[in-house]
Amino acid sequence: MPATKPQVIFEERKGQIYRKGEEPFHMSCNRDSLAGAVSQRACVFCGSRVVLYPIADALHLVHGPIGCAVYTWDIRGALSSGPELHRLSFSTDLQEKDVIFGGEEKLRMALLELINRHHPQAAFVYSTCIVGIIGDDLAAVCKRVSKEKGIPVIPVQSEGFKGNKREGYNAACKALFQLVGTGNTANVSPVSINILGDFNLAGEIWIIRNYFERMGVQTVANITGDGRVDDIRRAHGAALNVVQCSGATLDLAKMMKEAYGTPFIRVSYFGVEDMADSLYAVARFFQNKDPQIMTRTQELVREELSVLSPKLQEFRQALSGKKAAIYVGGAFKAFSLVKAFRLLGMKVVMVGSQTGTKEDYEELQEITDEGTIIVDDSNPLELSSFLKEKEVDIFVGGVKERPIAYKLGVGFCDHNHERKEALEGFVGMFNFAQEVYNTVMSPVWHFVPRRGKEKSCKQNRR
Amino acid sequence: MTRKEAKPPYVSTTNACKLCKPLGACLAFRGIEGTVPFLHGAQGCATYMRRYIISHFREPMDIASSSLGEKQAIYGGGPNLKQGLKNVMDKYGAKIIGIATTCLTETIGDDVPMILNEFRQEMAKQRGKKKELPLLVSVSTPSYSGTHIEGFHAAVKAVVDQLAINAGFIESINLLPGFLSPVDIRYIKGILEDFALSGIILPDISETLDAPARRDYEKIPVGGTPISDIRVMGGAKSTLEFGRTLFHKDTPGKLIAKRFMVPLHQIGSPIGLRESDRFFAILEELTGRKSPKKYLYERGRLIDAYVDGHKYVFGKKAIVYGEEDLVVGITAFLAEIGIRPVLCASGGQSGRFREAIEEVTASLLPAPPIIHEGMDFYEIAEEAEGCAPDMIIGNSKGYPLARRRQVPLIRVGFPIHDRFGGQRILHIGYRGAQNLLDRIVNALIEKSQEASPVGYSYM
Repeated sequence: MPATKPQVIFEERKGQIYRKGEEPFHMSCNRDSLAGAVSQRACVFCGSRVVLYPIADALHLVHGPIGCAVYTWDIRGALSSGPELHRLSFSTDLQEKDVIFGGEEKLRMALLELINRHHPQAAFVYSTCIVGIIGDDLAAVCKRVSKEKGIPVIPVQSEGFKGNKREGYNAACKALFQLVGTGNTANVSPVSINILGDFNLAGEIWIIRNYFERMGVQTVANITGDGRVDDIRRAHGAALNVVQCSGATLDLAKMMKEAYGTPFIRVSYFGVEDMADSLYAVARFFQNKDPQIMTRTQELVREELSVLSPKLQEFRQALSGKKAAIYVGGAFKAFSLVKAFRLLGMKVVMVGSQTGTKEDYEELQEITDEGTIIVDDSNPLELSSFLKEKEVDIFVGGVKERPIAYKLGVGFCDHNHERKEALEGFVGMFNFAQEVYNTVMSPVWHFVPRRGKEKSCKQNRR
Repeated sequence: MTRKEAKPPYVSTTNACKLCKPLGACLAFRGIEGTVPFLHGAQGCATYMRRYIISHFREPMDIASSSLGEKQAIYGGGPNLKQGLKNVMDKYGAKIIGIATTCLTETIGDDVPMILNEFRQEMAKQRGKKKELPLLVSVSTPSYSGTHIEGFHAAVKAVVDQLAINAGFIESINLLPGFLSPVDIRYIKGILEDFALSGIILPDISETLDAPARRDYEKIPVGGTPISDIRVMGGAKSTLEFGRTLFHKDTPGKLIAKRFMVPLHQIGSPIGLRESDRFFAILEELTGRKSPKKYLYERGRLIDAYVDGHKYVFGKKAIVYGEEDLVVGITAFLAEIGIRPVLCASGGQSGRFREAIEEVTASLLPAPPIIHEGMDFYEIAEEAEGCAPDMIIGNSKGYPLARRRQVPLIRVGFPIHDRFGGQRILHIGYRGAQNLLDRIVNALIEKSQEASPVGYSYM
C-alpha cells in the first residue's frame, strides 16, 4: 500500500525524496536549495569554517561584516591539547564605508594587528559574501602580509553564495593544500598516516590516535582536529591518508595523491562495525611493512569489544524494535549510524543528509530496510511529517533538528559539531547507546500531548 | 574612562559583543502573529541565525531564505525572492512574510520594495484577486551598519510603517518593549491586565518563543501580536516605548506619533526599582487608576529584600555588558543596591549609551563607571584588568572572561547558550528586580561559601 505523500512536499523536491521499495531507485541531489523551503543547509563559508576551525595554532580571520564571525565563535566541541587560538572569533567587522571604499587596507591592518598580538603559526583569511561582491583582492593582501610577517597567510575563497557546504569543503582543502609539502618530513615512520576528516569533537581524535598507536602506526598530522600548522606542513611525509567524513577533506586527499602519490582510504569511526573495519583497513595497508600489525589490531578490537559488548547487551534489550530517524550534514556518517542502530536492535525508518552525493544515496538505499524514507536537503516541514508518519522514537541530527523532534515528543541525539560527547571509537559506541537509551527511555514522553495517549498515561489515571 | 580613549582603537574585532542586523529583524518578526521571517540572501545566514536562536530559546525557529547562488548574486535576486515567497505562502500558510535583507542583497543593489510590488501584481494576475496574499513587510538590514538591536527596531518600525493605520480611536495603548525575554513580555501582559488596560504589545514573543507542548509541530507558532491589532495602532490613545538609548531617535514610537498624532511616552527598560516605578507611574497616569495592591506588595517585598541583601552586595564591583538598553537597566538596578558598576560595555553604538547610564545612576554612584560603546570582548577583558570585578553580568558570551577572573557570571539577556531556561529569565518590573537580586546575592554567597575552608551550612 503506497503511503500517502504528505502535502508539505514541494513539487520541485519530489525527486529528492525516495521511499525504498515503492519505486525503482532514483534520487536527485547536489542541487541548489529551493528558495523559501527553509533548507537545513548552511553556506560555503560554513563548509570552510568547519573544516579549518580546529587548527588550534592558526589565526582564523573572517573578512566580512560581523555576523559570519560571531555565529561561528567557539561553537564546536573541537578540543585542543595545546594552544586554543581557534576558540576566538576574529573579524574585520566591515562597515558601510569599507563596503563602499573597499576593505583591503582594513584587512591588512587587522591581520598585522592580530599576528603581532597572537603570534600564530599561520593565518587563514575567510572570504564572505560581501567580499566576493566588493571584489577585495584577498590573495594579494595575504601574500603581502605573509611576506612581511614570515608566516603562511592563506586566503580561503569561501564566499557564502557560491554554493553549499561542499564548495566550502573544497575551498578549505585548497587552503590546506597550500600548507602541505612545506614542512620537514624527517623522522616520519614508513608506517604512518594522516588522519583526515576528524575534528576532535569531545576529544575523539585522541581516542582514534590511541588505537593507531597501539597498532604501531604513527600519526603525522591531524587534519584538522587538534590540528597544528607544522604537522600539516609535513603531512606529505605520511604513507597513507585515512579519510573520514563525507568529503569534507576528501578533496585534500585527492590533491595529495596527485601531487605526492599519497594513497588514501575512506573510513568511519562510528559504530562497532565501521570502527573495526577502519582499523583493519589500515592494518591491511601496512601488513607488508609490518607483518605483526594485523595480529595487534585483532587483539585491540577483541580487547575493546570484550569491554563493550556486555554493556551494549543491556541497552539492546531495552531498545530493541524502537524506530530511529537520521538527518545529518554528510551521508557518510549516516551509513555508520544505520549500522549502529541495527546493532542496538533498532530500525532506521528515515535517513537523510544535507549534501549527500549520488553514490552516497545509492549506498543508503542498499543498506536500509524496505519502506525507509531517504531524503536530500530536507526542511522542517518535511522532516516533521516524516517523523510523524513513521512514528519514530528518536531523531538524530543537530541543533536545528532538535526542536523538531522535541515538539513532536520524540527523543533526540545530537550528532553534530556542537556536541560535547565523544561518539567515535568503541567507547563512542557505548556513549551513543547510552545517549539513545537516555532519551528514548525517558518518562517525559508519557506526558507530551502527541504521544501521551499511546504511552498509556491512562493506566496511571485508572 | 580616559585610558581607552588615549589608545588608538583596534582595527580588528575579537569576540564581538553584538550580533548582526538581520538576526534582530527575525526575532522581531517572530513576535507577530502568523509571520514567517524571510531572509533575502544566501542560505547560510538563515541557517546560522536559526541555530543561534534555537540554542537560546529551545524552540523551533524556521527562517526562510531566498537561497541566492552565484548566478543570482550577479544577475539579481528578484526571481529567487519571488519563488521563495510563493513557496512560503503555499507551505507555511503565512499571514505575514517578514522580509529582511542581508549584506549580500544590499550590496548587489536588489530593490526589495520594487520586487515585492511586482510580485503582488504577478500574483494578482495568476491567482486572481479573490485569493488573498499574505502581507509582505520588508526591512533593510545590511549587517555592515548597526547591530541586531538596530535590526530589531528597524523591523518593528517597518511593520508599523507598512501595516498600521488609523481606523478610528481605540481604547488601547501601544507598547513597544524592545527585545525582552518571553517571560518579561508575559509579565507585562499580566500587569496591563491588572490595570484593566488593553495594550498592543509589538512584538510579542511571549508564546512564540516559549511555547507549551502541543500535539504537533506548529508550522508557525501560535501567538504573537495579532495583525488586527497592528492594523489599528494608529488609533491608540498613546504609545509607550522602552529604551533610554532610543530617546531622540527615529523610533517606531516616533513614527506612530508623527503619522497618527498618538502621544508617545518613552521610558527606560523597566529594570530595577526606579525604572519600574516610572513604568507604573505612566500606567497610573494613562489609566487614572492606582497601581493594584499586588504590585505595591511586590514593590514592598523588593525594598525589603534590598535591605535584607544590602550587606552581601555593598561595594562589590560588577562588569555589565550586552545590548545597550539592557545594560542601562541593569546598571540602574545595581546602583540602587550598592553594587558598583565599574565597566558598562556594549557592541552597540547608539551614541546615547553614556548619557543614558548617567541619567540612571546620577546621585547613587560614588564614581561613574567606565562606559564604552562599540566594544568587543577582547577590549572588555582588557579593561577588566584594571577593574578587579567581583562579578560579571551579561549573556553567555562573557563566560570565558568570568572563568579567567574566577568570578560569578550572572546570566541575563541573550544569548544564554550555556544554561537552561534563558527564555524564562525575568528582568523587568519589581519581580524581575527581585529575581536579579536573589541570583546576585546567592552567587556571592555561594562563592564565599565554596572558598571557605570551614564549609558553613549557615551563611
